[in-house]
Amino acid sequence: MTDARTSMLAAVRAALGRERLPDTEAAVLQRRLDEPRSNIVPARGQPSPEERIDRFIFEAERVQATVVRLAGLEEVPDAVVRYLRVANMPSAVRIGDDAVMQAVPWHSEPLLETATGPAVDSDAASVTSAFAGVAETGTLILLSGPKSPTTLNFLPEAHLVVLPSERIVGSYEDAWQRLRGKLGNGRMPRVVNWITGPSRTADIEQTLLLGAHGPKRLQIMLVDGECPQ
Amino acid sequence: MQSTARVFPDNAHRAMGDVNLQASLARFSQGFPVKRRLAIDRLPEFDSLRDAARDIKNHTLENLDFYLERFEEKVTENGGRVHWCADAESARQTVLSICRESGAHTVTKGKSMIGEEIGINEFLEEHSVAPIETDLGEYIIQLRHEPPSHIIAPAIHLSKEQVADSFREHHAEYPADRPLEEPRAMLDEARTVLRRKFLQAEVGITGANMLVAETGSIVLVTNEGNGDLTQTLPQVQIVIASLEKVVPTLEDASTILRLLARSATGQDLSVYTTFTTGPRRPEDLDGPPAFHVLLLDNGRSRMLGNEFREMLRCIRCGACINHCPIYGAIGGHAYGWVYSGPMGAVLIPNLIGVDEAGHLPNASTLCGRCEEVCPMRIPLPRMLRKLRDQQFEKKLSAKPVRWGLAGWAFVARRPALYQMVMQIGVAALAALGRKRGRFRWLPMASGWTGARDLPAPQGFTFQEMWSARGGRRQ
Ligand code: SF4
Repeated sequence: MTDARTSMLAAVRAALGRERLPDTEAAVLQRRLDEPRSNIVPARGQPSPEERIDRFIFEAERVQATVVRLAGLEEVPDAVVRYLRVANMPSAVRIGDDAVMQAVPWHSEPLLETATGPAVDSDAASVTSAFAGVAETGTLILLSGPKSPTTLNFLPEAHLVVLPSERIVGSYEDAWQRLRGKLGNGRMPRVVNWITGPSRTADIEQTLLLGAHGPKRLQIMLVDGECPQ
Repeated sequence: MQSTARVFPDNAHRAMGDVNLQASLARFSQGFPVKRRLAIDRLPEFDSLRDAARDIKNHTLENLDFYLERFEEKVTENGGRVHWCADAESARQTVLSICRESGAHTVTKGKSMIGEEIGINEFLEEHSVAPIETDLGEYIIQLRHEPPSHIIAPAIHLSKEQVADSFREHHAEYPADRPLEEPRAMLDEARTVLRRKFLQAEVGITGANMLVAETGSIVLVTNEGNGDLTQTLPQVQIVIASLEKVVPTLEDASTILRLLARSATGQDLSVYTTFTTGPRRPEDLDGPPAFHVLLLDNGRSRMLGNEFREMLRCIRCGACINHCPIYGAIGGHAYGWVYSGPMGAVLIPNLIGVDEAGHLPNASTLCGRCEEVCPMRIPLPRMLRKLRDQQFEKKLSAKPVRWGLAGWAFVARRPALYQMVMQIGVAALAALGRKRGRFRWLPMASGWTGARDLPAPQGFTFQEMWSARGGRRQ
């Protein structure tokens, strides 16, 4: 008995009416993988540097994210405290621990409780940093890692995201290029999350409701000025 | 899932008399198509993106063996495992043995059409593993023991009162007299109930919208975030995907993503698009330590080799369903199996056989809207016609249809006879139907007039009018 893998690949090749691809053809395909090219990128994904931030904000707000602009990372703790107060939520957050988050002076708000590590069910709010923002659709891109556990993006009811404004790119393709620049071609963090607005469902009579299983609120803190890489 | 496609005509009749369903369908027809239009109006490049996506998929299918092998290599390199499953049975067995190995009692599930296709829930239940659907719509129909009626909106056929009844019946921990009139209250309740399940499950099973050969990533798209909790919280992650889901690069995936949500719900992008590559890494603080991908054939290689290959470009957006007048009249359950609408009418006979699902290709007026809206430019009407041909050749059509067509062919091949028969017939129908201009009922034509009127002809055949005009275009 041949194993399933062999027989399934054989069935595919039989359907295509050929044997395994000759090396020369396979090499051409391999190059397509090793040097990925963009297909069509819509004009909306190619804003000028001046338009980029405005477009990002416009698109993010269209999908019910809220956006505030801050002059620097030092303003983040106060912005978090004010946000939680208005939302009538306890003054405690689960935070990421990456370079950007470490550069935030959390001690400036002694009444704000912060904890790192993966999120637990009782966490009401989290603060994480984004790897990129995509102007085309107001999408945040977050990467998983030892200092940025994925659960922070999904378990809490409110998700606050610090996005250095210099990290806003035009299109998804731009973001992939940045990621390849950081990790090398063909390499990915375990999880790349594209997040476009707070979670939602329309499964009951097509009524749109925010806050299905993921966060009910998504607050983007767009930070100008110096930010660690 | 057991198919009832064989009794499609009965299913369809029942659906047309179902008041609840008809109310839901009326609501539905106003929703998605309008939103899709608005989203596309905001993206002038939409049609060129469709061409690009079609070409990407064609290229991938031409070289499917190559890209599958590359995908597998990358998954393995990242510490995951790929299981090759030729059919539904081997996929079910593989899932079960992974669950057994990990001692799983509870399995959370993201919505997966492949899961429906292989009937994984029933199978796991029979083997004492409890599968919990976590997409709100899927969860509701799981409580009701119903199949999905739409690939992206599985509970579209239900009213909120029906949902509330199901919650009252199944959520025994809540007081019986709690207010449950508003969708918001139902959602909050489901969120709480399911949150406990998420935290409890040992295994999470999801489908995949795409597989990326370049990186070995699986792409999962949801709005609720249930897919992400399903694939983040348990100790074991299982992804079930059919062969044709693979695309070469992240750029190729991005092109298709620009079409998917716009075509489906009219969103520019769904809320969560997640690229997952392998299991938890050594330093990671969360994520499942075990990562399995099942590559399922289940009829795909057969379609790759026949005239239905183009159907393998389908990204399951549901646009063809949302724009189908037949689906709009009868809903999804009437189709009798996992898929519905035009894509279902092509897929079901291909996956479970023309003998079983021969009625479905006839459930179309061939109006062409499905092809017009399909983001992957799949020629659905042409495929439906092909299936009708196959059905006729295999002598599977009903006797009256065959005799009728044979009689028509006899007459049509004899021009003089044809003209005479038509003149008599048209004149007679015109005389009979003059008063109302349409027939409510005709002998031997109740199959047509049972559900719609037949307009009465004006009294002259086309050929008579043509010669009266001197046989010229004007
Ligand atoms: S056939 Fe086309 S329109 Fe229908 S679900 Fe598939 S991709 Fe979407």
